This record gives sequence, C-alpha cells and structure tokens, in this order.
Amino acid sequence: MNIIVCIKQVPETTEVRINPETNTLIREGVKSIINPFDMYAIEEGVRLKERFGGKVTIVTMGPPQADGALREAISMGADEGVLVCDRAFAGSDTWATSYTLSGAIKKIGAFDLIICGKQASDGDTAQVGPGISTHLNIPQVTYVKKVEEATDKSMRVERMLEEGFEIIETPLPALLTVVKEINEPRIPSLKGMIRAKAAKIIMWGQKDLDLDPQNIGLCGSPTQVVKIFTPPQRVGGQMLKGEVPEIAAQIVELLRSEVIS
Amino acid sequence: MDYLFTDEQKMIKELAHKIAEEKVRPAAAKYDISEEYPWDVLKVIGESDLFGLFIPEEYGGMGVNITNLCLATEELSRACGGIAVCYAASALGTFPIVLFGNDEQKKKYLPDLASGKKVAAFGITEPEAGSDASAIKTTAKKEGEHYILNGLKHFITNGGDAETYTVIAMTNKDKGARGASAFIVEKGTPGFTFGKKEDKFGIRASSTRELIFTDCKIPAKNLLAKEGMGFIVTMRTFDMSRPGVAAQALGIAQGALELAVKYAKERHQFGKSISSFQGIQWMLADMATEIEAARALVYSCARAIDAGSRDVSKESAMAKMYASDVAMKVTVDALQIFGGYGYMKDYPIEKYVRDAKITQIYEGTNQIQRNIIGLQLIREMAK
Repeated sequence: MNIIVCIKQVPETTEVRINPETNTLIREGVKSIINPFDMYAIEEGVRLKERFGGKVTIVTMGPPQADGALREAISMGADEGVLVCDRAFAGSDTWATSYTLSGAIKKIGAFDLIICGKQASDGDTAQVGPGISTHLNIPQVTYVKKVEEATDKSMRVERMLEEGFEIIETPLPALLTVVKEINEPRIPSLKGMIRAKAAKIIMWGQKDLDLDPQNIGLCGSPTQVVKIFTPPQRVGGQMLKGEVPEIAAQIVELLRSEVIS
Repeated sequence: MDYLFTDEQKMIKELAHKIAEEKVRPAAAKYDISEEYPWDVLKVIGESDLFGLFIPEEYGGMGVNITNLCLATEELSRACGGIAVCYAASALGTFPIVLFGNDEQKKKYLPDLASGKKVAAFGITEPEAGSDASAIKTTAKKEGEHYILNGLKHFITNGGDAETYTVIAMTNKDKGARGASAFIVEKGTPGFTFGKKEDKFGIRASSTRELIFTDCKIPAKNLLAKEGMGFIVTMRTFDMSRPGVAAQALGIAQGALELAVKYAKERHQFGKSISSFQGIQWMLADMATEIEAARALVYSCARAIDAGSRDVSKESAMAKMYASDVAMKVTVDALQIFGGYGYMKDYPIEKYVRDAKITQIYEGTNQIQRNIIGLQLIREMAK
C-alpha cells in the first residue's frame, strides 16, 4: 500500500503568549512542531505500512525549516519526505494550499491512500484534507477513528461524529482525515532518528510542479483576512442582593436603564 | 556546560528525555505506590532502541558505549529512579555476556536483550555476602555436560521479571575468590525459583527478589569465560556498570534540582517568590554546582572507558561514590526547599530522597568505593 501523509509544521501552542498591545502571537522563541493531529496521521500511515507492506511518503508545504518536521516523521518510520517550498507559494490559503499539495501528490505518482490530520492547530480550518481530495477527484472520509479493514481496492473505516459513529466503505485511492482517537503516536526509535538525519529530503518548487500560476500563493487564494483580533475580556457580572421580588425589580430597573435604552 | 557530545549522543539524550517526560514521569508515582514492574514503560524504551546501547551491533544492538548508556540512564532517572534502574540493571546483567560471552552465547542471548524483549539481571549478592563478595556460598558442581547450582542470591534487581540471569557461584571452594565462576541461567530452568519480593524504601518500580537454586541443572556451555573467572567477570562488569549507577544518581539529583527551582519560583512567602531569597538561591547554587562536578566526573570516566582505557576501577569508583553522595545531599536539600509540602507524598520530591539513597549502597557501598580508591592510590604509589 502506497501511502501519502500530508503534514504541517505549526508553532507549539501549549505555551504561546500573546502580545497584549498588538494582539499578535509572540513568535520569538516559540518552537515549531508537527501539527499534533498530523502525528496521528503519520502513525496510522506507518501502522498500515507495517500491516500491509508498502511505503509511506510524507508531504509538507512550508518554509525550508519544515525539513525538520519531515525528518521527525521519517524517524517514526516513514520512508521519505517531500518539501514543497517556494516563495511563490507564500500567502496561500487553504484552497491554494490544497491545490499546490495535490500538484505535488500527482508528481509523486501512484498511491492508494492519503492521510491527513483532521485539522491544524494554528488555523483550525480542517479544509486542506478535503481540498486535496477535491483537487485530485478522489473520495474523502473525514474524522476517521479506526481503519477496520483494507484490501488493495477498498477500505472500511469508522468515522467519529458529534452524534455518533459511522462505518464507511470507500474505494481506493481515497483520502482520510484522522482524529486523535485513532492511535497513540509512537516515540521514534534511535535507529529511526539516525536514518532520518541522513535521509535525503526531496524539495520541489513552483517550476517542478505542473500548477496554474493563477491558483497558487496569495493571488491564488480567494480567502481574505479582514481583521484578526482578540475578543475583549468580559468584565465580571454584578451580584444582586435581596429577596426574590426585590431582585426581580432590580433586574427590570437595570434592563430599562442600561440594556434596553 | 557543553560536554561536546556527538550528534548521535545528542540524539540519544533527546530521545531518552522525550521518553522520560512522556512515559516515565507520568507513571512514576503509580509504580512507586503499586510496586508493579513497569513493563509498559520498558516496552517503549525497548522499541526506541535504548536497550541496544550496551550491546554490540552484530548482535542487534547499537554498539557498546558507556557514555551513551549514561546519557540514557541520566535522562530516565531525572523522571524516575525506579523505572530507570530496571533499565540499568538489565545492562548490569548483560555486561558479563558482552564482555566474556563466546559467539554462541552472544548470538543466543544478546538480540532479545538488545530489543528489550527480555531484560537481564546480575546475581552475586547473598545474605552473608554483600560487600564481602568472596563469601558467597552458592555452588556450581560440574556433572558431565551440566553444572548443578545450589544456593540463594538475594537483593537481585529485576529478579523474577528478568529472563536472563548472570550468576556467580563457587566451582571450587578451596580456591576462595579464585574458585568462583560466572554462569548464564534462564528463567524457567527446573530448580530455579524466586523468593519473596522485597518491600523497599525507594526505587519501588523496580523488582528485587531472591534467586533460589535447588539442584538447578544448567548446560555446561552456559559457563562464561572459564572456571575460576567469576570474580574477574564481576570486577570488569562493575567497572563498566558503575558509571551507569553514577549516571542514575546524577539524573535523580538533576530531577530534584529542577523540581526545587520550579517550586521556589512558584512558592510565595512574605509577599515574594521564595526564589528571590538569597538563602534559597545559595542552596540552589550549591546543588547545581555539585551536580555539574558530578556530571563532569561521570562523563570523563565514561569517555575513558569508551576510549579503551582499561584501568578505570579508581575513576569508576570515584564517579559512583561522588555522584551518589551528591544525589543524597541534593535531594535532601530539594525537599528542604519544598518545606512542609515536600514532606508530603502529594508532592514528588520525597520520592527523590528515597530513590537517591540506594545509589550510595548498591553496586558496592560508598565505603567499598573508597576502599577501591584508597587501595589504587597506594598501588600507584608503589609503582
């Protein structure tokens, strides 16, 4: 089974601090990590390879330092890493990103399965996975919590939804996005880390991929960010005292004077 | 301080640190209370190849390197001295095979120990033979193609949970220390059973049991080296393993210091963080300095062994003695910084005091280490 896992390098958000004046992330000294949801995607890819044989290729789009994320995935058992990196891709929204990644996947060649994390911890859109499947015109199954069965032509998976579970059978090739309930990502092995350090990362830019220049980077991104802000902190409530009828009267008075007017 | 570790050594440190924080620390209190053997954590350590750090590559390991072993042991011990000793004691039980095993013995036992599928234990101590190892009473009598073992070993770390045991027994009592030999004994051999599991003060995640040999028949080919080599096997093994105990002590001390610094910053008294008081700062400064001195000694010694220096008994003893004395002092001071809270089991620091204490006792008490150092000094003077 040839598996492609798409990952994203994100800032470690557990200890992120916000600059209270500018309301922006303090990025200095913030470590970059693999998007936590993508760790489950990598682990599932490696487990499927261990079950059915084949190869796991990791793909990411990002700046040159995303090389580290690919090597970490290789240390967990993936076979190779592809870094899609070009200034022309800067400013991509989820649409342009999924278009660009689908171009890289086409170049990789034949595959049976693509796995993505359900969403990234920085943007939280959950759109890139489904976007890739749309650009490639293959079925997608989102929020997968278990791969039940797989043959070389189809796969039966369990989805985790807010209202319950769904068992879906999909022909392959297909794209899955996975939730954290699917597995527990492994700690890399020392042999894996040594292999990852020596691994050759494939780097592709715009000229290497067959992409419509109109659909990449900032100009290929229909999304426009109008404003980013931190919602103002809510001030504490006011406690009313007295018997119920008195409080009721106070509430009416307050509503009249402060809210309704 | 930058110890100029190689890229691979930095990788080992990083990997062991990750395992320590993600798997060992969250399990430390649980196993300290339950005294169960931490198989789930050891499985992760095994899958990460760290058991391979004391086993040659041709037998499935990552190559024998004491510095690497110390790096892994220090990091694991930062989070739990008990879980870390299950790991380090497997190295102790494996060294006799690595150092003195023939190819057939190595092929048979080392791959499973390298993968962590099995753990090893070393059996020398007996009720009447602690510091005086020459007083051991366990016998091994040759009968045709077998040896028959009889006797009792006690305080054996990993005893009962290990699959592979290296055991010292007398093959010729008349020869005294020169009449001891080393054997490999597999768990499950008829006549080989386990006694009671000890209820310990510290390192409670690790198991400590008696090994009981009652007409235990083992193949003669399980003899390591030659008859009469038992004490040489033991001494060479301890020379290799003592830096590991030192690294364990170092890790416990480092872990306690980190907790103390964190607590000192969080704890407020007299309207200030207690870390702003010079009295606390000086304690922390002394702790950190002594730890750094111990670390320098441990890694110098480990590097000397890795570089092929054969005469390391003195340095090995110094590292073990100094690092464990530092661990004891530092953990007690760390508890002091925690004040009354530190004395309560709700806080993790009291466990560090309990875990530290054993490092002054096992693999040769610190008094025995001083004997080794003293004797070596006199020998050197006589040269």
